[in-house]
Formats: sequence, C-alpha cells, structure tokens
Amino acid sequence: MPDVLSAPLVVEFPFTRSLGPVQSAFLTGLRERTVLGVRADNGTVLVPPVEYDPVTANELRDLVEVAPTGTVTTWAWNPSPRRDQPLDTPFAWVLVRLDGAGTALLHVLDAPGPDAVRTGMRVRIRWAATRVGAITDIACFEPYESEPHGSEPASHSGEFAEPVTGIVTPARLDYVHTPGRAQSAYIKALEERRTVGERCPSCRKVYVPPRGACPTCGVATAEQVEVGPRGTVTTFCIVNIKAKNLDIEVPYVYAHIALDGADLALHGRIAGIPYDQVRMGLRVEPVWSEGARHVDHYRPTGEPDADYDTYKELV
Amino acid sequence: MPEEPVAVVGIGQTKHVAARHDVSIAGLVREAAVRALEDAGLGWADIDAVVIGKAPDFFEGVMMPELYLADALGAVGKPMLRVHTAGSVGGSTALVAANLVAARVHRTVLTLAFEKQSESNAMWGLSLPVPFQQPLLAGAGGFFAPHVRAYMRRAGAPDTVGSLVAYKDRRNALKNPYAHIHDHDLTLEKVQSSPMLWDPVRYSETCPSSDGACAMILTDRAGAARSPHPPAWVHGGAMRSEPTLFAGKDFVSPQAGKDCAADVYRQARITDPRREIDAVEMYVPFSWYEPMWLENLGFADEGEGWKLTEAGVTELDGDLPVNPSGGVLSTNPIGASGMIRFAEAALQVRGRAGEHQVDGAARALGHAYGGGSQFFAMWLVGAEPPPG
Repeated sequence: MPDVLSAPLVVEFPFTRSLGPVQSAFLTGLRERTVLGVRADNGTVLVPPVEYDPVTANELRDLVEVAPTGTVTTWAWNPSPRRDQPLDTPFAWVLVRLDGAGTALLHVLDAPGPDAVRTGMRVRIRWAATRVGAITDIACFEPYESEPHGSEPASHSGEFAEPVTGIVTPARLDYVHTPGRAQSAYIKALEERRTVGERCPSCRKVYVPPRGACPTCGVATAEQVEVGPRGTVTTFCIVNIKAKNLDIEVPYVYAHIALDGADLALHGRIAGIPYDQVRMGLRVEPVWSEGARHVDHYRPTGEPDADYDTYKELV
Repeated sequence: MPEEPVAVVGIGQTKHVAARHDVSIAGLVREAAVRALEDAGLGWADIDAVVIGKAPDFFEGVMMPELYLADALGAVGKPMLRVHTAGSVGGSTALVAANLVAARVHRTVLTLAFEKQSESNAMWGLSLPVPFQQPLLAGAGGFFAPHVRAYMRRAGAPDTVGSLVAYKDRRNALKNPYAHIHDHDLTLEKVQSSPMLWDPVRYSETCPSSDGACAMILTDRAGAARSPHPPAWVHGGAMRSEPTLFAGKDFVSPQAGKDCAADVYRQARITDPRREIDAVEMYVPFSWYEPMWLENLGFADEGEGWKLTEAGVTELDGDLPVNPSGGVLSTNPIGASGMIRFAEAALQVRGRAGEHQVDGAARALGHAYGGGSQFFAMWLVGAEPPPG
C-alpha cells in the first residue's frame, strides 16, 4: 500500500433556531427560574413542552408551571466529560421527572461518584448564575432531600417580558479525512508540479483528479498517466462577487480547463489576461506559486485558440 | 395485478418568505400539512404513512429532522420515511409516496418537503474545508454559470434570453399568493441592468433563498372518490441518477434527464410532449435553465429551446406555459422546491391554481433536478384518471 494522506477535518457552524411559541415560553421561563410544561390531550404534563400532541397530533398550547424539584427516573455515569458538556467534572446523565410533570427531562446531576446516584433519588435544579434563555440556564441538578409535591401544576400564560424567540446552536463535528490511494498519489505529484491522472482499463478515459475507480465502468483504475501541463479553456464564468474566505480580487475568471491528455475538465482561475478577453478555446498553462500545493492559476500560452470541435466533447 | 392509480387530493404550501422567525421548523411543516389536509377534507387519522424530504442535514444542522418532526406531522404509530436526493428531493419524495400508494402498501400518504434557509447555510453546508483540496472558487452560481455559457455557445442563443425568463417568472409570481418574491415594480430593463454576478448570470436571473414547506396528500381510487375537490391523477413518474462528474458528462443536457423524461412519457403514453402537455413546472434556479431543460425534456430539438422562450411560447398565455407559479426563480426553499413543482403541476390539472391557472390544463409535467445536475425526478399528472 503506498502512502495515503490523512488530516483532521473540522466542520463547525453556529446554526440559528426560531423557537416558535412553545419553546420560546419554555426557554424564556428558564431565564426567569420558571419551568414550564404543556398539558397533552390525555392530561399528562410534558416537560420539556412540545408543540404537538405525540398521540393525537393536535396543537398543544396549555402551558403549566412545574416544580424545580423532582425524582431521578434513570441515570448513567459519565466518568470523563468532553468539551462543551454541562460540567467539567465527572457527572451523571439523568432523566428527571419534575414534580407535577408526567415525563422526564434529560440533564446532568452533580454528584461525587456513581455510588451517590440512584433511581428514585430526589433532586433539584441548580440555576446558572447568568441566565440567557437556554437549556443551560439549568446549570445541573443536585441531590436534595424532599417530599414529592402532590399538587396539580398551575396554568401559566407563557408570557414574559422580552421573550427569547431564537437561539444559536453551534454544531461541531471532528473527522479525520483520508483522501485515499489515488488522490494521495495525485496530491504528491502536484508537489513535483506534475499532474497525474489514472486511465480506466475498460473505457480508456483518463481521470484527473483520479478517484481510484471509473464512475461509469465501475472498475478500479491504476494505470497512471501524466497529463498537461498545457490545456484548453472549455467554458468559464466571470466572478464579480467576492468570496468571504478567498483572497482573490474580483472580477476574476473561473474556468473549466481540459488539460492535454485528460478526458474531463478540471476547474481553475485564469489570469495574465484581461478578464473580458478570456474565451472558450483559449490555450493555457499552469502558474505555480512557491511552496503551494496547488496550481495558483492558469495563464495564456500564446498558442492559437483550439478549434471548438477539438474540445466540444469535454464541455 | 396492475398498479393502483394514484390521485393527488390535497395540496398545502406556506407563504414562502426570506425568514419565518415566528415558527420553529415543526411549526413550519405543520402549516403546510394542515393546509393539505384541509384541501383533502381529511384529518390526521386518515393518513397511513408520512414521507418527508429536505436538502442535506448540514443545511440547518438538524440531523435526521424526520425524528424531531414525527409528532408535528401526526406520524406517531405510522411508518415515516425520509428521502435524500439533494435539490431534487422534493420530487423524489413525492414519487416515493406515490409508489407506496401505487403498490397498495398504503392507501393514503402525506408527503412533505421543507427548508428553513434563514436558519441554514447552504454555502457552508456544500463547501466543507476538505484537507488537501483547493477551496471552491466560485459558489453555486459559479458552478452553473460555465454550463450556461456552454449552452449559449452550443445553441447559438443570443445573450438576451436569460432576462426574458427571469422577467416572465417574476411576473407570474405576482399571480401566486404563496410565491416568495413579489416585485410589482419589476421591468425587463431592470432585469437586464441588474448586476452581473457570475457572467453570464445576472443577479435577477438567480433564485432567492426562502423559508417554506409544501405538502401533498396522495391516495388511491377509493380515496379520490371521497375527495371534495377534483384530484390530479399521476400518469407517470420516474427518477434517474448519474455521477456528478464523469468523462463524457453532458452538463448542458444530462443523459439522466433525457432518460427520466422518456420514461415518464412512455408511462403516460405521450409521444409529442410539446403538443400533448399543457403546462410545465420545471426546476429553473438560474433563468437560462429554462431553454436548457426545454431541450433536455424533449419540448424542443437540441439548440432550439431558446427560440420557444424568445417567441413567448412559455409565457402564461403561450401555448406551453412554463412555471406559471413563478418557479424556483421566485421561490426557493431548497428541499421543498422540487415538491412545489410537482404540486403546482397538480394544481393546474385540478383547476385550482387561481390567478396563475392555465386555461383548460389537462396534463402537466412537474420536474426537479439536484446535485451537480445528477438527480432527476419528474411526474406527469392529468385531470382524468390514467387509462386502463
């Protein structure tokens, strides 16, 4: 097995959420140290509240206030907390049925060890010092000896001053990306400023970049073929809007370039010619920048333009 | 045993807008579903299964939203399926639902597709910072604009055609109360002078980013007989796929699109689509895709599609109206966009399209495509039940 490249790939984005009436009341309530549930059609109080009845599918809007104390219905010990979890010391994941609620809420319990946790134990909310209208306004649960409330939860309008209507929910995924044998070989050849594709043993087409298999024949490819360095612009557009993460002045030309010997075009930027003079059929060659892994851009070779018929199958 | 005929008896859409900050995703899909049930004269208990579609999970960052949406869509205790085919997903989702009825697996199915683009980031979701790769240079418009140029070269089309499509679709949208963009002051001159974003594609020739959902109720013959309003009947439906990139791929007129249309026409016994189809709702996110798809779908010979557009054939009062609803150019909640095409085709043959009704529409085509022009989904619906 030849050397295969590998590198971390972190996917991270702060998504926004509009809450709608029920979640808005629930999260704003937490900010005000008030836990709201919703009464389902069968009378059960659901905490956290939902917008639609899980049995009848009817819209639910009958909000009630439940107690900040409750009972652990089940739990699991987490000996090694990970980043962004509610506590940075070992804790128990718990389902807590708050007094007055018919369902349990998932949160964490601050306890010295698994021996201190049991199903049926009494707990209460430890509120966060700074509350913003988020589930983390409940910092965690803590052990609290008390008798369960027997009283019916009271109705609540769900109305608060300055309600929270939206939240930000950051998402982050940590991957290890491995481009595979064929692309690793392609990337390594680029370091020597060579462009190497692979030929399909069945249809004989040369793929650049290679994928290790032919997408139409479904067979593995292995025969390496060096293509280019020159090529033909098969089609292009002129980009007039600046991309946030790219340090390229607009306008610039984004082109499909069929390198000589390749059977499909790759994409690149054209420079060294005014943008409004770029045309289909223009002959180009790569320009490398020092230390870079990829071609910086392509520039005209000065050759006569390629005849349309010579590249129309590659457009 | 032949397939069960499939009828569309309920259609519901949200008013598509740039941002629905007043509802959760559950509240958004609920609105469309309730409207479809009302149209069909049905309740939640009448639904046997739910088939839902949306664009990739990364767009809103809700992994498996079908789980979260089960109670909002009355799916508890019923089968619920999720369909994934990028931008064509709204069409594929409707076809999966239709097949469940045709195969007599379920009698009445709710199908729904949505996108809440205001809580999403499509650009980010599609452009992950993959190690060792050069960053994407141009975005979605930049991906499609070179193919538009290739079409113009191949067809010898004058560069004025794209603006004609955009102007037509945005004017049609004024007659559709659910359309996102209602620009009453739009003129052809304004379209023609709008900024060139990805030359040859202008700003006014690109789709908006919308929040919206679309739902349909599909049912069998017995269900259609109980429908309070005329149903639309499915005469043919098909999906085709091909790789994003391969040697010989024709981005201007993909083979998968041609094959998909041919399959639908064969099922519907259509031999001359230009004469036999009365209205078309096709997926046109950039205006030049109208003439391109006219050719790909067999309404015009290769290189001739732009002539239909230029001659006004695709206008609301032309003899082959295309996108009477205003199309994707006026409304684009990505995951729902394909289903809106299917639903709008059904509204036409039901005679329930309101101000954008095509007079006497008896057969209409709904079309969706997605990915790098690699997934295709289409159906042909008629006012009369299919023969046989």
